[in-house]
Amino acid sequence: MRLNAENISFRYGEERYILKDVNFSVGSGEVVGLTAPSGFGKTTLGKILAGYQRPESGRVTIDGAEIKSKGYHPVQLIFQHPEKAVNPKWKMRKVLAETEMPSRELLEAMGIQNGWLDRWPSELSGGELQRFCVTRALSEKTKFLIADEMTTMLDAITQAQIWNTVLGYARLHKIGVVVISHDQPLLERICDRIVNLTACSG
Amino acid sequence: MKQILTVQNLGISFSQYMKGLRRRSLKVISNLDIELHEGEILAIVGASGSGKSLLAGAILGILPENAALEGEIYYEGQLLSQKDKEKIRGKEIALIPQSVNYLDPLQKVGRQIGISIQKNGGFRTGGSDESRDKTIEHDLPKDKVIENILQKYGLDKAVADYYPFQLSGGMARKVLLATALTSGAKVIIADEPTPGLDEPSLNEVLKDFRGLADDGCSILMITHDIEAALKIADKVAVFYAGTTLEVANTRDFDGGDSSSGDGLLRHPYSKALNNARPNVGFLPSEGSQPFPDNLPKGCPFSDRCVMRTEECEKELPAFREIRGGKVRCIHAT
Repeated sequence: MRLNAENISFRYGEERYILKDVNFSVGSGEVVGLTAPSGFGKTTLGKILAGYQRPESGRVTIDGAEIKSKGYHPVQLIFQHPEKAVNPKWKMRKVLAETEMPSRELLEAMGIQNGWLDRWPSELSGGELQRFCVTRALSEKTKFLIADEMTTMLDAITQAQIWNTVLGYARLHKIGVVVISHDQPLLERICDRIVNLTACSG
Repeated sequence: MKQILTVQNLGISFSQYMKGLRRRSLKVISNLDIELHEGEILAIVGASGSGKSLLAGAILGILPENAALEGEIYYEGQLLSQKDKEKIRGKEIALIPQSVNYLDPLQKVGRQIGISIQKNGGFRTGGSDESRDKTIEHDLPKDKVIENILQKYGLDKAVADYYPFQLSGGMARKVLLATALTSGAKVIIADEPTPGLDEPSLNEVLKDFRGLADDGCSILMITHDIEAALKIADKVAVFYAGTTLEVANTRDFDGGDSSSGDGLLRHPYSKALNNARPNVGFLPSEGSQPFPDNLPKGCPFSDRCVMRTEECEKELPAFREIRGGKVRCIHAT
């Protein structure tokens, strides 16, 4: 399976183009790093790939077919700020179960303690919340994962813990992973190849 | 070197409402100790929720009202009261806040930078005398100082007329830095100053910090970014679950036998942290930091530690000096 972004152009309102004729692609089971200076549209491309934003022109396809807008989206995006990605009025159990309840083993591998499930989002730290947001996206229905600065605000141990589990799961289920980050050592450690977005434009 | 800021046995507890009107006190920080010397950069690293930002709040006296403080904070040898803190903050001790929400949403960026410019403070730039930026001097008019510092971080002078909502994340971060750098304070507390910055801006910021320190300013750099800390810090304090577990020299992280990734570090948690760096071992450790309401009686790391013995669970180990650093671990050598 292959996720393709073809000739993507995008701008906010009438301002300058953030993305201009960008081509990008990732295969099943592949881990691709995506890097560029601030303001070059890394996050925007991530949102377009995951269907949160429509490009002005160009298209996103999986094996040549457009992605259906209904049902579970096969491309899942994990945001940098987990506190903005969970419903503050839902307890963590409900947050997790929105897609399907993950297995006990997966929860343990992500370092999620049983007691946390009955807490409110405001009672957990950023690192703890991010574990939930990552776990939530690891489903059998997920074919591609976009990690947008997924572990930037976490300490090194938690970062290694989360990436180890995610990469293990991705390998097992042949999920393609796009890693958006400024962190060069991290990209070099986990990616099969690294793409600089400034070189993707037509 | 003169000691400028000392924190001893700092404890912070919050009073919380349980069901109805019942209250409880939750101790989130139990044993924080740091020493900051003149012209020194002390980096503070550790898990999120280990009390790094609360330390900054305690020093500046800006903790929420339901927080209770224990222990002592000394500035230039004087024990600080809440009143003293209010008097010197912003003048002698400046904060670079973690969140860009700290900017006043209703005030233009230039004015906000202008507030911190003091008569004899001015803007100090880094580096040796030759490389120092001569265009930016203390006696310039305020507008010029603001323009210069914006320019230094690659921002157009028009940015001075923007409101905070018009800034991108990285721009807002630079504005926060600018407010502290123009203050001329003797101590700068930088709470996560680097996230969201791209490589060139990051290097510029780190160079400035080092330059300020070389000019005699002391910097407390609270950060997750170990790589950034190691580039400029003199010492690194490692926090875990509200306790200072180790104060190491910067070279301890990459020194020693390079095959293990333990460096010359003393505490098992510091070693685990170092081993988890992407360019060292990227090794995860099991488990997670305990919650404040569920702390082990002894060493807070004991439930995850490979070296644990019964002794570790009895009481919190005292600080010991080992190989030019300090550590709270009975097994450290």
